[in-house]
Amino acid sequence: MYSRTYKFLVALPPIVWVTLFLILPYLMMFVHSFWTVRDGVILHHWNVGNYATLFKNPLYVQVLLRTVRIAAAVTLLSVLLGYPLAYFLSFHAGPRKEILYQLIIVPLWVSYLVRGYAWKTILGSDGVLNGFLQYLHITHGPVSALLYSPFAVVLMLTHIYTPFVFLPIYASLEHIPRPLIEASHDLGASSRRTFFRIILPLSLPGLLAGATFAFVLSLGDFLAPLLVGGPSGTMIANLVQSLFGAAYDWPLGAAISVCILMITIALLAFTQRVEKRWLFE
Amino acid sequence: MTAAPSIAASLAPSATLLEVKAVSKRFGAREVLKTLSIEIATGEFVTLLGESGSGKTTLLRLIAGFEQPSAGEIWMSGARLDTLPAYKRRVNTVFQQYALFPHLNVSENVAYGLRAAKTANPEIAERVNDALAMVRMQEFAAAKPTRLSGGQQQRVALARALVNRPELLLLDEPLSALDANLRKEMQSELKSLQREVGITFLFVTHDQEEAMALSDRIALLRNGALEQVASPREIYAHPATAYTAQFIGHTNALRATVRDGIADCGAFQFSCSHANGTAMFSLRPEAISLADNSVQLSDPVRFAASIRQQIYSGATELLELQTAGGLVLRARIASRTPLSGSHDFVFSASDAVVVHE
Repeated sequence: MYSRTYKFLVALPPIVWVTLFLILPYLMMFVHSFWTVRDGVILHHWNVGNYATLFKNPLYVQVLLRTVRIAAAVTLLSVLLGYPLAYFLSFHAGPRKEILYQLIIVPLWVSYLVRGYAWKTILGSDGVLNGFLQYLHITHGPVSALLYSPFAVVLMLTHIYTPFVFLPIYASLEHIPRPLIEASHDLGASSRRTFFRIILPLSLPGLLAGATFAFVLSLGDFLAPLLVGGPSGTMIANLVQSLFGAAYDWPLGAAISVCILMITIALLAFTQRVEKRWLFE
Repeated sequence: MTAAPSIAASLAPSATLLEVKAVSKRFGAREVLKTLSIEIATGEFVTLLGESGSGKTTLLRLIAGFEQPSAGEIWMSGARLDTLPAYKRRVNTVFQQYALFPHLNVSENVAYGLRAAKTANPEIAERVNDALAMVRMQEFAAAKPTRLSGGQQQRVALARALVNRPELLLLDEPLSALDANLRKEMQSELKSLQREVGITFLFVTHDQEEAMALSDRIALLRNGALEQVASPREIYAHPATAYTAQFIGHTNALRATVRDGIADCGAFQFSCSHANGTAMFSLRPEAISLADNSVQLSDPVRFAASIRQQIYSGATELLELQTAGGLVLRARIASRTPLSGSHDFVFSASDAVVVHE
């Protein structure tokens, strides 16, 4: 139907884009991870020393595990917040649906950085939350553990990623034909049973997509720990940044990045397989 | 408890199962049902017939429990029904688009109601198998619904509802999504299935032919009120109103002046038992025949008319007639050679039925 030249011309921009900004950088990262640094110079000696260091040095393992834990906590919390929100909006919001939907989406338009600094002012020693707690006489001095902790990172990331979890869940709930829910009631299933047997299974693809968003984005997050994490809240992306920056150990940084990439790819492959089982054709 | 409907049916075949008492339903300012009352007997096949917007589906949804009446009560087997939530009613529904659960296979779909009722597993297996056998869908037990054709999905939806042995089965235009041939086939299956299981069927359709073919009684709805409730033969032969006569089959509506037992509609006169004044008569097209083939009718009425159109439809054909006075009539006669010009026609005066306007 279309000429070969036309097809080639149409396909060219995406191919160039993907090659230049995706395949090439990843290739360079992959290659770097097998090189070494000596006296501030990158030596092109092929070896797996970086990966060995990574698994031997408890610091890296510890930070990697903490990162996975934080990402898992963010995923869990944003699903626990996002699912009920999406459920309420889809089934019980009535005429307020549109306005509530907009209210949930609006924070996405505010810069990530601005929201980060907002949490700093909320959680800080002289912050809004500490002031409020002291005003109520719940605490008698500022609680410094609020800011610069893994807790603060989880809180901030949950706040940022809950809309990302909400959106795909809401879309999948909206796609459930309402007669299915009537049919379930008609066949004698209570609201509770209908939720667990019909609504939850049918919204699982959206739930998986949302959870994957939250987990993958949190796993690679670098600003939240920088802004509110403190030393105890350092995540793997901060290590990568310092290795590429101050430490000037690109090969080790690249090796860590490859590890994160592998985790992400494994996760995406897994969720895609699960999702495929739930496709209903 | 599970066998209750069939026992009730054998003991008292005409016992009232469902009573709809002065039920109204408003959506905002729009009144969809207007103080409607109807009784349905155990084992009956009743059809709610009406145009779209007549309120037939709303009435069905009130009985199923998906909507609450604005006024009035619904009773079933001597107990209040409309105050129960949908999942506690011994009523099952076959939905217009079947509403099969896409993530469950055919046998899981059919088992859904039994599982909700905490039926024992061996019994579930047996009843699901029987239900699938009843609708001849056993070989598809493991298939996902989306792999099935419309007719097959229809059968699964029927099995899924009937396996629960409801006291009353509600069917919301279940055949409307099927093509014409399959539809005819499913009609006769549905009818024999109803006789077999003895469950009361309340069937919603906008198709008068379907209503005639299936029902013990037809309830014709118009703008949220009952126009007429009667057996198909009764409602066809003696339509109470001009609307009924028009909706159920086709008819010629004749306005006539009655004086001393003679109705005069301009083109011709015929005897009737109506009181003096003006009246509306319904005369079915098939009651009119050509006068030249020596038909023997009691109380025949003859008139001459010219043929404006002749529409052939196989065994019969429809003639559009015009009398000298300008009255247009339709006549359905057995197919014959093409006609033209003016001819004499005849009908029996007893076939002209008085209807309310």
